[in-house]
Amino acid sequence: MAQIKYHILVCGGTGCRASQSEDILKNFQELIIDKGLGTEVQVVKTGCFGFCEKGPIVKMMPDNTFYTKVSPADCEEILNEHIIKGRKVTRLLYTDPETKEQVSDSKHMEFYKKQIRIALRNCGFINPENIEEYIGRDGYQALGKVLTELTPDATIDIIKKSGLRGRGGGGFPTGLKWEITRKVKADQKYVICNADEGDPGAFMDRSVLEGDPHSVLEAMAINGYCTGASKGLVYIRAEYPLAVERLKIAMRQAREFGLLGQNIMGTGFNFDVEIRYGAGAFVCGEETALIHSMEGKRGEPTVKPPFPSESGYLGKPSNVNNVETYANIPVIIIKGAEWFSAIGTEKSKGTKVFALAGKINNVGLIEVPMGITLREVIYEIGGGIKNDKKFKAVQTGGPSGGMLTEKHLDTPIDYDNLIAAGSMMGSGGMIVMDEDDCMVSMAKFYLQFTVEESCGKCSPCRIGNKRLFEILEKVTKGQGTLEDLDKLKNLSNVIKDTSLCGLGQTSPNPVLSSLMNFPDEYNEHVVSKKCRAGSCKSLMQYIIDPDNCIGCTLCARNCPVNAISGERKQPHIIDQEKCIKCGACMEKCKFNAIHIN
Amino acid sequence: MEMVTLTIDGKHVEVEKDTTILKAAKTVGIDIPTLCYFELKDMNIENRPGGCRVCVVEVKGRRNLAPACTTTVTPGMEVNTHSIRVLNARRTVLELILSDHPAECLTCAKSGNCELQSLAQQLGVRDIPFQGAQSTYRKDTSPAIIRDVDKCIMCRRCEMMCNEVQTVGALSAVNRGFMAVVAPAFEMNLEKSPCTYCGQCVSVCPTGALTEVDHSRNVINSLADPTKTVVVQTAPAVRAALGEEFGLEPGTLVTGKMVAALRRLGFDYVFDTDFAADLTIMEEGSELLDRLTRYLKGDKKVKLPILTSCCPGWVNFFEHNFPEMLDIPSTAKSPQQMFGPIAKEYFGKKLGIDRKNMVVVSIMPCIAKKYECQREEFKVDGDPDVNFSLSTRELAHLIKQANIDFNALPEEDFDNPLGESTGAAVIFGNTGGVIEAACRTAYELYTGKKLKNVEFKELRGMENIRHATIDFDGLPINIGIAHGLGNARKLLEDIRDGKSHFHAIEIMACPGGCIGGGGQPYHHGNSEILKKRAAAIYREDAGKPIRKSHENPFIIELYKEFLEKPLGEKSHHLLHTHYFDKSAGIFVDE
Amino acid sequence: MEKIKSLADLKKMQGDLRAKMELREKSNHPDSLIQVKVAMATCGIASGAKEVMEVFVEEFSKRNIEAVVTQTGCMGYCYAEPTVEITKPGCDPVTFGYVDVKKASKLIDKYILNNELVDGIIPVNYASIDKK
Repeated sequence: MAQIKYHILVCGGTGCRASQSEDILKNFQELIIDKGLGTEVQVVKTGCFGFCEKGPIVKMMPDNTFYTKVSPADCEEILNEHIIKGRKVTRLLYTDPETKEQVSDSKHMEFYKKQIRIALRNCGFINPENIEEYIGRDGYQALGKVLTELTPDATIDIIKKSGLRGRGGGGFPTGLKWEITRKVKADQKYVICNADEGDPGAFMDRSVLEGDPHSVLEAMAINGYCTGASKGLVYIRAEYPLAVERLKIAMRQAREFGLLGQNIMGTGFNFDVEIRYGAGAFVCGEETALIHSMEGKRGEPTVKPPFPSESGYLGKPSNVNNVETYANIPVIIIKGAEWFSAIGTEKSKGTKVFALAGKINNVGLIEVPMGITLREVIYEIGGGIKNDKKFKAVQTGGPSGGMLTEKHLDTPIDYDNLIAAGSMMGSGGMIVMDEDDCMVSMAKFYLQFTVEESCGKCSPCRIGNKRLFEILEKVTKGQGTLEDLDKLKNLSNVIKDTSLCGLGQTSPNPVLSSLMNFPDEYNEHVVSKKCRAGSCKSLMQYIIDPDNCIGCTLCARNCPVNAISGERKQPHIIDQEKCIKCGACMEKCKFNAIHIN
Repeated sequence: MEMVTLTIDGKHVEVEKDTTILKAAKTVGIDIPTLCYFELKDMNIENRPGGCRVCVVEVKGRRNLAPACTTTVTPGMEVNTHSIRVLNARRTVLELILSDHPAECLTCAKSGNCELQSLAQQLGVRDIPFQGAQSTYRKDTSPAIIRDVDKCIMCRRCEMMCNEVQTVGALSAVNRGFMAVVAPAFEMNLEKSPCTYCGQCVSVCPTGALTEVDHSRNVINSLADPTKTVVVQTAPAVRAALGEEFGLEPGTLVTGKMVAALRRLGFDYVFDTDFAADLTIMEEGSELLDRLTRYLKGDKKVKLPILTSCCPGWVNFFEHNFPEMLDIPSTAKSPQQMFGPIAKEYFGKKLGIDRKNMVVVSIMPCIAKKYECQREEFKVDGDPDVNFSLSTRELAHLIKQANIDFNALPEEDFDNPLGESTGAAVIFGNTGGVIEAACRTAYELYTGKKLKNVEFKELRGMENIRHATIDFDGLPINIGIAHGLGNARKLLEDIRDGKSHFHAIEIMACPGGCIGGGGQPYHHGNSEILKKRAAAIYREDAGKPIRKSHENPFIIELYKEFLEKPLGEKSHHLLHTHYFDKSAGIFVDE
Repeated sequence: MEKIKSLADLKKMQGDLRAKMELREKSNHPDSLIQVKVAMATCGIASGAKEVMEVFVEEFSKRNIEAVVTQTGCMGYCYAEPTVEITKPGCDPVTFGYVDVKKASKLIDKYILNNELVDGIIPVNYASIDKK
């Protein structure tokens, strides 16, 4: 049996499907049989190429030729020219808008790819449980370089020049933090890695630790060298057993190879790392709370200053950075500050990892350069909204962020733009919502999270968020008033203005941003008692259309609470007082007589 | 000292570097309201978790409002303490706190003394715009303290007192978010915790979340029972503070009026715990001399230093925390507990009253005394030597209930024989007082010489831990003094580790001694009040004709007639006790 | 394990390992083995990556196919877990999504043995930093 020689890959992503990729697939299959190529050529449907604006995409293998904007009518020409005659169909090749050159080979089309993997460079590439694979990919070269060629100050200078900012959410300049920790004099200092990832739906730190634990260990050692610390602590959620396991393996191997421990690489530098487990309190992602938790105290924040860089773990200067921040460090040392700062926007350099989730086709972990637009992320990388629904909003920054709307789609994503738009970068959750999502309910959802995760230390966060939640609940139940909306706004502003730590200072963001961007939806809930997304159950009304109802009694017999009444062969009526909005009647009705108001 | 210049509400302010906005504002007469913040000036006690957010102010250029209690001044800072933004935020925060607080002011034990109530008054809150769930918890009643933490506002003052000042570790914040509250570990009952009932949590609680167990109704019932002879004893520190409850200046001595009031309340005999304090000195002083003499003779079995044992909070503390050192404290009972058996077994028998028909009530500046009088070893066939212990505050309520115009009362004297006392007994109320009283007696008994000056000034003061060497006619006696259990712990640890060599140590659980006791009128963080009470105590001592316990004629009489001699068989039976290891069952992190 | 005592040690080791890996990764060498990488982060494992990996290991040994199966971290395609990357000698790596136990056998039959692709290929949609 002859082996397949050619593969034609047809993009089956949503964007391309909308532009006829199904027909292209069918045409190819039929033509191959017609032309008797069945034993040599195979057509395969693939996932999204992330180049939806030029779709439909067809890729030829093994030569990687990349055809854009292919129409079903082009199939025959591609087969005849490309497969049979071995000539490329040049008019379908991609033209670089700047150089005006045609690019045929997808391998030379890196630039079209919206993602750049820096922090995730090894994730999904190396075996995380084998240090040799990490070393094979430049692992520990950066540590070797700083220990033998660079002074701590020179190293910090590289980090400062790179423009790297904290990836945990705050966006504090990393180099500056290192410098502050370095300058404080103390007999003992600590390098702390914040792996207490707690945003709902966010898992980038877990992925880095599971896929590339050594990059974090290496960066911590570099930080230890720079700040004068010989001890590192990784504060990680106990709910991340695999990450913990891989980190432990990595630590063991690094010690065996002499890359952690005493006299690393013969330079006299000593550094080792310990793991500390968090019990999963969201607030322990806040650095002072994290430190208290490590000290065995109640995980609650204290007023800054003093900052951990001055007085942290056990009162000693402690450099706290997040996992993703550390994962960037070795590459910056190897490739240089200029290389890194060339990526991104003026004030936000490099890339950011996002956990893309919600009503989007390609749910996943992505790493994009700062400055990419939400539109590119959602429609190119994410492959658009599920089931061709209408985009409504995207929540960045998890429960601390805000809801961004259509009008923000073309805003370049960076720390400052997101804050200006009423949201924040946060640790990198990105949840996409469509027309079926009620903005009031979404705000309530996030508030519920904050109410549960508040440590309870300061009154505005402890009681205020609870009251916010209760008012939102009132609104979603149709019991809200216009006065409640004013209360929501004032209370949100006061909570932001008076809370002790970042959790409370940002928790009302989902409320404020949804109030600002979707005032009509709030008004509908309180004035006309309507939820346009149809997700607030209390506001739904199942109604029987007397014109369509033939009185078959099927609905009445299936109603679990006997809310439907009516004579046989007469239109039925639903008692709204009794109705529990289970939807059983609508499901059973064969005459399309029941609808939701 | 580096100075910082700033403006607060347009006023030019110059303060030392590291001063908080709150304190800087005070220097120019701006009183920023606070709630969780608490300070006992000069006593090293401060609580500023920055949690209530009532003291927020606007700082120009800052994104959010700043808590005045924890934010330090910076040069050129422009602070506004009453902008519309601040007023709105402060009021909203207070309304939030009130929205999760039971509106039980009318029946709350703290009504009139509640700092939350005063703040609501000050800010003119007339309604609470937020309705919603209230956080509710189990009410916990221990022998001395009631925790009604539905009223807890998470100011954490009690936690600071219990952990940082007292190092008892019974109370800490538990739960998260809306259900966060201060409670013993695992939310167990206070009774099961290492709580010493020192009551310092009660004395700093701004609301009615922590209060003493009220026994005044039991006392009223006893007074109303014609078959009972009700005897009352009053502790030294009460007379220096009770007046505050009737609007008198702190530091006003109200001994005579207090006696008159008690008599009008219907007590059959108004006696003085000071009498028992003199007795304590006889027993404890003799014990000190006994141990000292044997020690000087080279008896290796003798343990020094001897520790005072008058303070029930302190006794509870070492039973919980230093079970290996139970043989060091004096075995002498506290004055309250010496008074009980003397009243029932000596005085009662003399009058032919069966102890079952005798009710002994004590008026104490203390909350731990409520627990102490319930200890099993202080009962005879289930009948306690001291039936009820009331705090200074409870007595004040009792007087008010009985329509007694306290300030118009005449000054009256205690009854005899158990009402006579010396200056040495009075100073039991201050830190350092017990050991000073002991020195007055021990010196004269040991040297056989008369003291020229009975005032040992070197033993007085408010420093946390004090050392002094008293010259016993050529024999230097090393004295240690600690008030506050955290300071006591430090002293004890040094002794255990062999780092310090004292002959005698006085320890009081409460900062300042009994004058700062958990049962005293609320001082609301004003340490001047404590200092004035202390001064009053020394004034009372100075005015006493007899100032040495062994010269109290009724004490001399008591030994002649009944006890025979200090440390004698009867004394041993009635006036001495033993201690228990209570460390078991408590998680001690070693 | 011999400890790395200097940067020179590390560099030498890296050179050796890189060569070895390139051999594996680039697979330009016709004699090199078939490489199968299974994404084994929490999400992958939760959706069955472990079982899939076992299928590859067992089938390869049963059918005497010379291949190396390794685990790796998250490839980022959460919507298509479990994901598997297969590199045949002389070919570019191909990533397959939605690989359950059944599809794993199918991949061996079709792609590995017969060079026939299977639906559900996930195009690499990110730029790698190695080339810069």
